[in-house]
Amino acid sequence: MAEQVLAADGTPLKASLNRALRRQKMRALLLIAPLLLFIMLTFIIPIGQMLFRSVENQIVGDTIPRTVEALDSWDHDADAVPPAPVFDALAQDLMVAVELKEHTRLGSRLNYEMSGISSLFRKSGRKVDDIGEVYTDQFVALDPAWEEPATWVGLLADPKWIAAREAWDGTGDEPAFIMSRAAKTVLPQTASIYADFARVIQTEDNDSPAEEEPWHVVYLALYNDLTANPSLEVTGPLSGLVSSAATAVPSFETEDVVATFEGFDDDWKNPEVWETIYTYSPAYTNGYFLNSVDLQKTNEGVAWQPENEQIYLTLFWRTMLMSMTITISCILLGYPVAWMLANLPARKANMLMILVLLPFWTSLLVRTSAWKVLLQNQGVINDLLVWIGFVADDNRLALINNATGTIIAMTHILLPFMILPLYSVMQTIPVTYLRAAKSLGATNWTAFWRVYFPQSVPGIGAGSILVFILSIGYYITPEIVGGTKGVFISNRIAYHISSSLNWGLAAALGAILLAIVLALYWAYDRIVGIDNVKLGG
Amino acid sequence: MTLTKALMATSALTLAGSTAFADGHMADEMTIVSWGGAYSASQQAAYHDPYMEMTGVTIVNDESSNEAVAKLRAMNEAGNVTWDVVDVVASDAIRLCDEGLALEIDADEQLAPGDDGSSASDDFGDLIVSDCFIPQIVYSTTAGYRTDLVGDTAPTSICAFFDLEAYPGMRSLEKRPINNMEWALLCDGVAKEDVYDVLETEEGQAQAFAKLDTIKDSVVWWSAGADTPQLLADGEVVMGTTYNGRLFSLIVEQEQPVGMLWDAQVFDLDGWIIPAGLSPEREARALDYIRFATDTQRLADQAKYISYGPARASSAPLVGQHATLGIDMAPHMPTDPANATNTFLYNYEWWADYRDDLDAKFQSWLAQ
Repeated sequence: MAEQVLAADGTPLKASLNRALRRQKMRALLLIAPLLLFIMLTFIIPIGQMLFRSVENQIVGDTIPRTVEALDSWDHDADAVPPAPVFDALAQDLMVAVELKEHTRLGSRLNYEMSGISSLFRKSGRKVDDIGEVYTDQFVALDPAWEEPATWVGLLADPKWIAAREAWDGTGDEPAFIMSRAAKTVLPQTASIYADFARVIQTEDNDSPAEEEPWHVVYLALYNDLTANPSLEVTGPLSGLVSSAATAVPSFETEDVVATFEGFDDDWKNPEVWETIYTYSPAYTNGYFLNSVDLQKTNEGVAWQPENEQIYLTLFWRTMLMSMTITISCILLGYPVAWMLANLPARKANMLMILVLLPFWTSLLVRTSAWKVLLQNQGVINDLLVWIGFVADDNRLALINNATGTIIAMTHILLPFMILPLYSVMQTIPVTYLRAAKSLGATNWTAFWRVYFPQSVPGIGAGSILVFILSIGYYITPEIVGGTKGVFISNRIAYHISSSLNWGLAAALGAILLAIVLALYWAYDRIVGIDNVKLGG
Repeated sequence: MTLTKALMATSALTLAGSTAFADGHMADEMTIVSWGGAYSASQQAAYHDPYMEMTGVTIVNDESSNEAVAKLRAMNEAGNVTWDVVDVVASDAIRLCDEGLALEIDADEQLAPGDDGSSASDDFGDLIVSDCFIPQIVYSTTAGYRTDLVGDTAPTSICAFFDLEAYPGMRSLEKRPINNMEWALLCDGVAKEDVYDVLETEEGQAQAFAKLDTIKDSVVWWSAGADTPQLLADGEVVMGTTYNGRLFSLIVEQEQPVGMLWDAQVFDLDGWIIPAGLSPEREARALDYIRFATDTQRLADQAKYISYGPARASSAPLVGQHATLGIDMAPHMPTDPANATNTFLYNYEWWADYRDDLDAKFQSWLAQ
């Protein structure tokens, strides 16, 4: 092994070099750190967060956790509504959700999948606090102590909490309720719903569970616990109360919670509603992605949407096709202009350049609205054509509110993005090449096609990428001039963001659009090579 | 979940940075969101100016009402609500309330009683369609036609839209199923009280689409309220639907040859909500403003500037003349008995259920 080379200070040269390099790298990183942080915070994280919504679905499991758990054991192929325990669980979940005002939110989430669930939840939420009243009355009739908040606290609260509450001086918030370990094992359902009750009372109403009578569904849960395990034992001063209740419950008048729900709304009888809840209960779903390519989740797996609801594939395809048309029209119109700009004397070229840039300084909305005035049926262009006699007055051209309108307006708006890169590439092509070609006997066309054009291709590439990517994301212009046949997928994304509030679907559509752009970019790189793209000399 | 929370927290930071100005809310400044244009101008004159003069509070206007629901949802997730009072249509108020994004209001406790002594809840009556919603105006989506382009017999029924023989030419309808589906069924012989029952069924929806199919090629679909007035003024369409106030200004203020077709106008409501999650001081100030701005006199005042009907029954007798034109406003109100012979009330609950579904079908139908 060769002897190590040492630096002047005696450390190995390699290590000292590495250290110096590392310091340099760190300095470079520090220099770009503000930009990096800025981009991370304002660009990558928000976009990532938005896209993440396309698979997120925790709302169902978070809002009705007991129901979701109970549904696990439901034989959902039987084409019937779930058994009674699921409805009991739903009554408890819904009670909590109503208090937290979350049930309507869940309703609108599930309504995206099945019409009618929104009002189903809203309607049921208004009446759910009556469920279990039968049991409340009977427990209280049995022993008025059941009405006392203190009884419940004594039965269910952890001694630590009772002590903490006594030590609490009354300022600030009451210590958060702690459920006793024993209650959790002996009275599982009661403990679970009472814990939610205590939390809601403390956080929403700023009240204390030690001063509030529990909801009726807590009594329902207690009834369920006592019937499930008649021989249960609780220790402490309340054991007598509980055991006498346990002996009494078999003779209690019962409430058919299933029937109660069906009384709220017939839809609870509909197995499809339950199927929807069941299908969308996992925390993450591919449902939004399926919806965004006209598919849906059903009982039997993935299936096409009904034909009269299919729209997104058409729109994706149309967006691609029209963006390509717009890109090609930009090349056809922009190439000669860029050529002129590059070959005219500087003074005239500058003048022309201002004309190219002028649209940039005008508001997009103004430009689009101007096209409306020009293109409409009674508009300037049609009037002119009629005046010349090119078209008959009763047969004016339909230039707006269709794909033609979108293509014309967007070609105009995006043209500068084609001209500028073309111009800057063309400027670097020496005129002498063309002269050389001609002096070697090439015709004008050959000289252009074989010598000039290949050198301008990087400009076309850069311009096309810019125009294409900008146009697939456009939505204001298509919305104004596109009518029904000239709108893009981005118009639907905008609709779902701001009108239907189906952000999950909007995110899925956006993610697909992003994937398509990246795929096209990759294909472009493979075919043309991204190194061949030039924005300038 | 934790990942989402972390992500949200970071974007909340970003948002907080970008709205630092709004966050610096001075004690005497409030942001009120509305629709802009003539509508905001009427609110400025009828509510904001007198309130600012009375209290010294500065009111900042924000014209974001058409995306209020989405923006409020984003603000709420970021934990930084910068708006104090927001003007929204009733269906949006219901959704905001559903999502827990708007404050619940107790009308009798928090709103002024009517000048005629009635309690606020009686005065507004059925118009309080959501616990979070404080009604302000009744407007209607109705139709107008070019008097010079419809021949000798002016249309008197909404079904003129579906009669291409008597009224050839283009017509403009809103690019959404709401209202259009109802009108299509009404004109296809369905009785008014059965419309929603029919529309709930697949066959009923197919029937409505079939009726719309008959005029599909002659329709310009609008998405902004200003589209139809422009299309009518330019002679692009012979008839079109829009909000009645837009037609009022086209006919009365701009004196265009356009007539009102009040038949089967669909009543809708617009009003205030207060975002949930404001600090107690801001909430109290917002409530104070609302109490002032929705009292009997103030609601009647707004009708001086724009032809929308005040939401309080007690305001109706106080509606006077247009502030600058000096004409009587009552005959231009959608609620005027002469105009309201055949009306339709937007069924909020029904549309909340079927909107997503029908919208998908409608868009798919449009794209065919």
